[in-house]
Amino acid sequence: MGLVRIKPVIQKELLHIRRDPLSLVLLLVLPVFMLVLYGYALNFDVKHLSLAVVDLDKSQSSRELVARLTSGEYFDLKYRLERISELDELFDHEKIKIALVLPKNFGRDLVSGRGPAVQILLDGTNPTPAQTGLGYLSNILRQYSTNLNLELLNRSGLNKITMPFAVRTRVWYNPELKSSKFLVPGLMAFVLMVIIVLATSLTIVREIEKKTMDQLLLSPLTPAELVVGKIIPYLGLSLIGAVVVLLAGWLLFGVVVKGNYLLLLLVVVIFLFCGLSQGLLISTVASSQLVAFLLSGISTLLPTFILSGFVFPIRNMPPVIQGISSIIPARYFLVCLRAIILKGVGLKAFYREMIFMTAYGLVVTFLSLAKLKKSFFR
Amino acid sequence: MRKIIALVKKELIQLRRDRRLLPVVIMAPILQLLILGYAVNLDVRHIPVVPVDLDNSQSSRQVTAAVMNSGYFRTTARAGSQEEGGYYLDRGQAAVVLVIPRGFEADLVAGRETALQALVDGTESQTASIAINYLEMITRQYNQNLILEKVEKSGLGLKPVIIQAEFRAFFNPSLSSRKFFLPGIFGLLVMVMTVMLTAMAVVRESDTGTMEQLIVTPLKPAEIITGKLLSFFLVGLVDIALILGVIYFWFRLPLKGDFFLFLLLSVLYMLNTLGLGLFISTITRTPQQAMLTSFFFMMPMILLSGFVFPVENMPRFFQWITCLIPLRYYLVVLRGLFLKGVRIKALADEGLMLLVLALVLNLLSVSRFRRRLD
Repeated sequence: MGLVRIKPVIQKELLHIRRDPLSLVLLLVLPVFMLVLYGYALNFDVKHLSLAVVDLDKSQSSRELVARLTSGEYFDLKYRLERISELDELFDHEKIKIALVLPKNFGRDLVSGRGPAVQILLDGTNPTPAQTGLGYLSNILRQYSTNLNLELLNRSGLNKITMPFAVRTRVWYNPELKSSKFLVPGLMAFVLMVIIVLATSLTIVREIEKKTMDQLLLSPLTPAELVVGKIIPYLGLSLIGAVVVLLAGWLLFGVVVKGNYLLLLLVVVIFLFCGLSQGLLISTVASSQLVAFLLSGISTLLPTFILSGFVFPIRNMPPVIQGISSIIPARYFLVCLRAIILKGVGLKAFYREMIFMTAYGLVVTFLSLAKLKKSFFR
Repeated sequence: MRKIIALVKKELIQLRRDRRLLPVVIMAPILQLLILGYAVNLDVRHIPVVPVDLDNSQSSRQVTAAVMNSGYFRTTARAGSQEEGGYYLDRGQAAVVLVIPRGFEADLVAGRETALQALVDGTESQTASIAINYLEMITRQYNQNLILEKVEKSGLGLKPVIIQAEFRAFFNPSLSSRKFFLPGIFGLLVMVMTVMLTAMAVVRESDTGTMEQLIVTPLKPAEIITGKLLSFFLVGLVDIALILGVIYFWFRLPLKGDFFLFLLLSVLYMLNTLGLGLFISTITRTPQQAMLTSFFFMMPMILLSGFVFPVENMPRFFQWITCLIPLRYYLVVLRGLFLKGVRIKALADEGLMLLVLALVLNLLSVSRFRRRLD
């Protein structure tokens, strides 16, 4: 492999990039734009669920309980209703997410130990917030009845009894549980992967479709030299993109890198290498630019979004799907990113992920080289 | 009309000739739906826990068992100290380290205040907050039982206070994540396939130099656009049928609403995505630009559509932006038809918005195309 022969390829590719300023701008601006957009727009926080209460009892106890429900930030009491039948319409028109029905004689049954049954109705369309809301609500109910029992015991003159025990939670790495801290590394992986594969997937197939491949074949270049020359400019470009994304994450969302910067750089380069090699492989197997475009869209957009652990926890997936997700480089990149940026832990926690990504990149590059050689010597 | 049909034929021949295109167009949506349909699951189960039992008493074992048997957690390892537990958090092998302090049982018996300690990995904020929620729920339940026991054993004839709660979920009684996300994947796949196919439509003609040939034909710009639109529309219909088939036969999620309503609104939606693809195709000059630009449009649409992140959680400003996203309306349509079985009246607003957006997008691309020909 000769540097003398690679240099002109790099220059040629740079020329291509320079000639197409729109693409250049998109490549550099797109990641930051996305980060800003999503970092502000997206969150999972389940708060202020719209609540309706049907209080058929109207006793002091029922009013007390309702007050307890609405004192926190979990529920917004939107409607107080007289009849259960009024709930249907509210659910149908998505005016409320959750409703509590307190039966007649609720207060009386409560003190006489008959255990009144309250009804919780919820909109199950989106199960995650529904379940969280259900959890909040039943916690409040339980707390309420337990407090009453404690009062009862203490009033009865036994020695003072307190709540047996509590849970004290300490959240590591992201004490305020901000969604943005969770999402920023994921967004980085998502955006970088898509952009890199898109940028490189046309490089080879473009030469073929525009019939300029023959000219390259006549040159003394070996396939490996051609590929390296074509990859290097994009590697540089996407590295700039990655740095800009990190800067934006720091400036806009206060996501500070806790760990080692050099390690971070290394991980980013390895991940970019994976993306570049995937783009390259697509470019060598595609029969036209349209196919290359479709393949790179299909292999990056939804898989990195859904299978990488960015939003959907991998441990919840069925074993077969977990197996498939293990060939998504973004999955490993995310582990490394969260470890370095949020946890600030050392190489020991994620060296396996790094090894895997390197292997992935090498294998895929090798595959595309082999494919390219075949078409070279056809 | 005959001229348009001829153009459609030409486009379809071109699609058929590309030997790798057809398999991609047919197989990709099916494969993606099969894989992604199983992957989309936000139910938080099997949260990995490392218990650190420093008390080693009957009570501490009971509490640990109560947590572990709740169905939400699973033990990955046991640690002898808090530091050792923290090590699992660092390596991402545990999401929660549950520490039961020394003297837990003694405090409990003596009625002194005591507390479990939960160290939670906050990097996955979603899982973390749900895990905390579950832990609170389990401890409250445990406490409640302890106190009820005391009330009963007090021998004073006290009547314990109990509230029985029963719950019912509308529209998705089993609270299954997949039912919620499958319609979303439907909308995503249709968008990704049709936008990508059409984004290349015009730009490719100019890139390979066949645009001049098209221009010298007696076709008007609007006719060229209609012809292109129509051919990709056919491809899109095939994709919709395939995806619907997989959802129905494989995932067994039946369409509760009216089929013709579904078809009508899907056609409207496809006019949007095709229009968007064409628009991209007319504002870009090279295939690479077309690719990057279509992702520039598609990525925000995916994330802001309400597919995963609820629109009502977004800041007001972003909620306005989502009004311009066809997928947002189509998701309401799909969820309404698949989960709730709603009628046309409930979807009138969405249908209207889809119609308006489709008109705007397609008129925009025709006018851009005309300008470009001049």
